Amino acid sequence: MKKLFLSCLSIALLGGIAIAGGHEKGTLAAVKSKGHIQCGVSQGLPGFSNPDDQGNWSGLDVDYCRAMSAAVFGDANKVKYTPLSARARFEALRSGEIDVLARNTTWTMQRDATLGLEFVGVNYYDGQGFMVRKTLGVSSAMELDGASACTNTGTTTELNLTDFFRANGMQFELVAFERADEVVAAYDAGRCDVYTTDRSGLAAQRTKLSNPDDHKVLPEIISKEPLGPVVRQDDPQWADLARWTLNAMINAEEMGINSGNVDSKRSDSNPAVKRLMGTEGDLHEAIGVNNDWAYNIVKQVGNYGEVYERHVGANTPLQLGRGGTVNDLWTNGGLIYAPPVR
Amino acid sequence: MTERAATTSILNNSEFRRILYQLLIAALLIYLGWSIVENTIANMEARDIRTGFGFLNETAGFSIMMSLVPYEPGNTYGRVFIVGLLNTLLVAGVGVVLATIVGFLVGVMRLSQNWVVSHLANIYVEIFRNVPLLLQILFWYTAVLKPLPGPRQVFERNTEIYFGISNRGITGPEFILLENFSFTTWTILLGILFTIGMHRWSKHRQAATGQQFPVVFVGLGLIIGLPILIFLLSGAPIEFTPAKMGRFNLSGGITIIPEFLAVLLALALYTAAFIAEIVRAGIQAINYGQTEASRALGLRNGTTLKMVIIPQAMRIIIPPLTSQYLNLTKNSALAAAIAYPDLVATFAGTALNQNGQALETLAITMTVYLSLSLLTSAFMNWFNSRVKLVER
Repeated sequence: MKKLFLSCLSIALLGGIAIAGGHEKGTLAAVKSKGHIQCGVSQGLPGFSNPDDQGNWSGLDVDYCRAMSAAVFGDANKVKYTPLSARARFEALRSGEIDVLARNTTWTMQRDATLGLEFVGVNYYDGQGFMVRKTLGVSSAMELDGASACTNTGTTTELNLTDFFRANGMQFELVAFERADEVVAAYDAGRCDVYTTDRSGLAAQRTKLSNPDDHKVLPEIISKEPLGPVVRQDDPQWADLARWTLNAMINAEEMGINSGNVDSKRSDSNPAVKRLMGTEGDLHEAIGVNNDWAYNIVKQVGNYGEVYERHVGANTPLQLGRGGTVNDLWTNGGLIYAPPVR
Repeated sequence: MTERAATTSILNNSEFRRILYQLLIAALLIYLGWSIVENTIANMEARDIRTGFGFLNETAGFSIMMSLVPYEPGNTYGRVFIVGLLNTLLVAGVGVVLATIVGFLVGVMRLSQNWVVSHLANIYVEIFRNVPLLLQILFWYTAVLKPLPGPRQVFERNTEIYFGISNRGITGPEFILLENFSFTTWTILLGILFTIGMHRWSKHRQAATGQQFPVVFVGLGLIIGLPILIFLLSGAPIEFTPAKMGRFNLSGGITIIPEFLAVLLALALYTAAFIAEIVRAGIQAINYGQTEASRALGLRNGTTLKMVIIPQAMRIIIPPLTSQYLNLTKNSALAAAIAYPDLVATFAGTALNQNGQALETLAITMTVYLSLSLLTSAFMNWFNSRVKLVER
């Protein structure tokens, strides 16, 4: 009887958590009434989402959330951030704890199809790489047979790594930590020979090592990691708003609209620019925002290219030059492409 | 009078009311539980979240650094569960044994007449039980084990290593028991059986005649000494294969990973501090008159402790000791903090994140910890009923 009661109680507690999440009608209405967007970010990944010593967040993913805030409120600063571990991120979104997840999250079929979530696009095309100490004398990932590898738990990284070593018939030891900081610390202390994560992540975490110049990134890219924002699947309007926030930033760059010239572009005669700036058409109504939504995004946050250069580009500590890579605009041979606003 | 009692409403019958209230509360609880389960399932279906336990048969696809049963990435989530469970049981089981040994030792030391010994024990207890366990785990891992030199600094490439310590763990040789080893196994088993028989016989004889028999020494000889002799006589039938230093790591051999050591040391030493206090309390609770009485009867100090003090102290020690064992088992979940692949880190961690079925995974994990605790508790209650004093 005691056992039965205890098991009832544990089920009740679990269920209670699920209910507390709630099934509120309309994320947009809820966001407007509480006055801010709750944005799920990483626990500190320079260039993507990282707090400074005053607790102000910045980065590529953070600016995406600020762009959503600019579209909804006309003010990019109405965002509150929830730092999430890789492990906790999807449950936080599903339970309604956050409104949007912008946490360098890889878009995969399994996540899209089985978790009740919707990926709204890609804001960074990444791929998994390896970092090693230069003193090891390793020049290719194919030489890593028998090595110990540090990485994060519960990520696609962990699976890709296993696949890579299995496919090449190599042995390895996987040391998987929950927090990115612990992975870096363990690698820095020599617990592992290899540190593996997305290459953007390697560039970012390298800045945290005690001697960044003693390490190098190996040439192999062993996976496709399209990183993008995620929302719940049960709210199509909010998903559309999230999708077109990203598309607006990319379209703005393609049309040459940036935070500096956006005021003059409002009176541009080009119909495509007029539609994006909201001076023609009423598509903004469908996603539930004012007609100056895209203007506010570009004015207060910037277009995609500006945001990229500000946080991860060649002039940042990450030094991820954009020219000629997949993260360049499609007009320059890259993969950054957005459907038209019409 | 009897007439009146018969006409009293059944609602005023205390027996009936007692049952009625219990039924009502039970019905309320069942309804509450059912509606929560129903609501959760409906909500999950509405959000297209997959439910059910089918995922246990799906391929996991990730590697685990340490497993007691054969495991490879092509195995299922069900296998991951078993690997994680065994790793948890290993660290908890070894931890309980180690904590008990250290705890009893320190507990007895605290009662020593020797000022240095008792104060050393006191300092140990105060330090280890007053620092949070998570910090102790991180201390052993980050400050003690991780700063050890790496294998490339310690071992020459391509050399054979029979025993080595580096920041990748403690490595010893792999061993294979050859056919002749079965003689030794049988000798050990026979030794144990014979010792149990001898123990009973000596108890009977002591009760009947008062004469004692050195069961411990003879038993040790039978269980350890004789098997060693047989082992050597049968030609030492064990084969050691050393580990070999490769480009990065030692390969082959048996390695105890630093994550395991850190969790084990932290759990055992932390819990031992509490056990020491329990042991001290148990012994001090026995009236000094008991000692004086046995001395008056002419018993030696050792015999007094063994036959008079400890049997009475055990009665007080065992119930709180059970709680400490339960705590240790549950605290082993903190292992996830330093990448030790226990049940929480592998199954409720990586596996949960890969398949996204939080409710099912957490329900299974909670059931496991609950069952482990109930089993430990049941065993200790049985043991307690064996050792408790028969009161007349």
